[in-house]
Order: sequence, then structure tokens, then C-alpha cells
Amino acid sequence: MTAELAEPASKIELPAGVGGGGEIPSFDVTLRVRRYNPEVSEEATWDDFQVTMYGTDRVLDALHKIKWEQDGSVSFRRSCAHGVCGSDAMRINGRNRLACKTLLKDLDTTKPITVEPIKGLPVEKDLIVDMEPFFQSFREVMPFLINRGHEPTKERLQSAEDRERFDDTTKCILCAACTSSCPVFWTDGQYFGPAAIVNAHRFIFDSRDDAGDMRLEILNDKEGVWRCRTTFNCTEACPRGIQVTQAIAEVKQAILSRKV
Amino acid sequence: MSATQIQTPRSGKVGAGRVAPKYNRNGSSKGNFEMLAWLFMRLSGVVLVVLIFGHLFVNLMVGGGIHAVDFGFVAGKWADPFWQVWDLAMLWLAMLHGSNGVRTIINDYAERDATRLWLKIVLYAAAAAIVILGTLVIFTFNPCPVVDGVQLPGGFCPAP
Repeated sequence: MTAELAEPASKIELPAGVGGGGEIPSFDVTLRVRRYNPEVSEEATWDDFQVTMYGTDRVLDALHKIKWEQDGSVSFRRSCAHGVCGSDAMRINGRNRLACKTLLKDLDTTKPITVEPIKGLPVEKDLIVDMEPFFQSFREVMPFLINRGHEPTKERLQSAEDRERFDDTTKCILCAACTSSCPVFWTDGQYFGPAAIVNAHRFIFDSRDDAGDMRLEILNDKEGVWRCRTTFNCTEACPRGIQVTQAIAEVKQAILSRKV
Repeated sequence: MSATQIQTPRSGKVGAGRVAPKYNRNGSSKGNFEMLAWLFMRLSGVVLVVLIFGHLFVNLMVGGGIHAVDFGFVAGKWADPFWQVWDLAMLWLAMLHGSNGVRTIINDYAERDATRLWLKIVLYAAAAAIVILGTLVIFTFNPCPVVDGVQLPGGFCPAP
């Protein structure tokens, strides 16, 4: 027999409807998922799924429950499931978000929650899009350190102020939520897109990097920063809270001050 | 035994490589046209605020106000080189500013290259026509035209 240890009294006031400590309220929710399977039909359709979820569940948990218990053919990307890898950006209730960072209870659960693939990139299946065009633009801005000086024997030192200059743009996880929320990118996919500019910004303003001019020249293209219309869709969509539009404006300023 | 070919559902479809062709940028654009256009929009915008509100103030608030604006009022203004330059600057800046704005809208919203080209041709033709006609009018405006030795009718000109 084990002696029962008394639970310490909860310090949180729980409403009467909720049972004992630790019980999480559950609710029924309908997910309206955009389905597309080119092997069956060229037309995309909506599928509704009813699931019982808990207050601590995210949209990703609902998708998992659907895939594991109702329809195994529902396809989506996810890797870490904790908002770091950037695999599961999708359009939830018309806004680009990470499914793993969006709590169901924060959405309107009285209506079906729409889940679509991010816009502007070719859909491969259901919620999976072809990210290649996105990564192509990312690669074009040379997102790596280029230093023409002698290689130091230890690490490359940098003052805290110099590091702070580009701190915001180091947070990017390449989920494509910003680029696929940009109406200019939706038109023809030619625009470099906010994510590529953010990652260029991260090196342009890095005091250890020597290729800032090359990156500014690349982004001075007619499909570069000047196509930005400052609609702030990217800033609103960024799950990492990066001030994307501000970063783009800073790159514009850098090009201007170099040329004019 | 023939190997079953499973096509990857890449956006490029068959033989188009890894990135769908519509996303490939055709060569990098040389020059700073887009940068200069962007800069022009900001600078002309600031100048236009002064020009337009100055224009509205002088026409609608000063003196007789809106009720004093008639053919003679305009003729009087255009007899003064100051207002000629003012109106000329307003015409050119407003037309270039507006046309450049519409140009970017066409770039953003036209999805096919042919549509884009035709819309821009129409836009540039319209802008050029208005700028040329307007400039001509400001500099050649004559309130009392005489045709074949006969004064055209109008109550603003002194009798010959």
C-alpha cells in the first residue's frame, strides 16, 4: 500500500463547470480542409472533419487527430511541431500561421476552421506546396557569411551593438508565411519576396560580412525591394514577430544611400 | 521488366527542371530605373502637396473665392509667368506621379505579359497626350484669339 500524498490546494480559481484540478475543457470543432490530389482530380475541394479537442490543443493536433483517426490521406508537412522548423505554415481562417503555434481556443470554434495551403506557391497535395521557388529566391541573395579578410584562429568577434543591428532578422525560420501572404508575390511569383529580403538583411547589416554591396545590387533588381508596396501583410503573417516591412525599408534605404 | 516510373508531383511538370518555369526571373535587370521611380514617387508627392494645396488656396480661398473663378480668372493667372511655371510643374509632376502609380498597379495586377504590355501602351499614350496638350495650352494660351482678322466672340477682351 502506498501512502497517498495530499495534493496542495490549487491557487487558481476554476469555474464551476470545470471538474477537478487538471481537467482541461474539451469542445467539438469542425475543420474545413482544402484537399487536392492531382492523381484523382485537378480540382481542389473542401473536406469537413469533426473532432473533439481540448483547450490546450493546436490546429496541428487537430490535423494529427484527423490523419491518425479519420482520414490517413490528409497530407501536410510538419517536423518539430514546436514553432521552430517552419514546416507547417498554412492558411488558417484566411491568415498565414504555423499550425503548431495556433491554439484552437483562440479561433472561432463556433464556425468551421478553414485550413488551406499557403498561397502563391504550386500545391502538390492537400496542404503541401512546392517550396522550391521560395528557396530559389532565398539562395539568390547568398544567405551565408562572405568575409574577404584573414580567417581568424578563434571566432569572429563582434560588439553587442553590431550584433543588435540585425538581431530581428536572424529569427527567420523560412516557413514562407510572409512571402506567401504578399499580394505582389501572388501575381506572378517573380518578386524576390519578403523572406529573401529578410535573410539578405541579416547579412547586409552584419559587420563581419563583406558582400553587402553584392546583395544590395541583387535586390536592386526590378523584382527586388522596389516591388514592395508596404502592405504589411508579411509583418502580420510572421510567426516569429519579425518586423519584415521595416527590414525591407532598411534595405531600400541602404540601396538609396549607396547609389544616390 | 520495365521499371514503373513514378513522376514526382513537382510544379514544373515534365522536364521543366526543379522550379516551375513561371517563377524563373528572366535575367537580372540592369540600371536603377525602379529605384529612381520609387524615389520620384516620394519626392514628387511632397512637392505636389505644396503645389496642389497652394493651387486650391489661391483659387478657392483668396479674394472672391470660388465664385470669382471664371474664364477671365484663368486667363489672368496664365498671363503671369509665376502661375505658368506653377501650373506646368503641377501638370508634369501630377501626370508622371499618377502614371507611375498606375504603371505599378498594372505590374502588380496584370497576370499575362501581353495584357501588361497593352495596358502600359495605352497608359503611356494617354499620359503623353495630356502632358503635351497641357504644356501647349499653358504656353500658347491666348484669351483673345483673332481668326482671319476677326475677333472671336467673348466678353473678356477689349473691343478692337
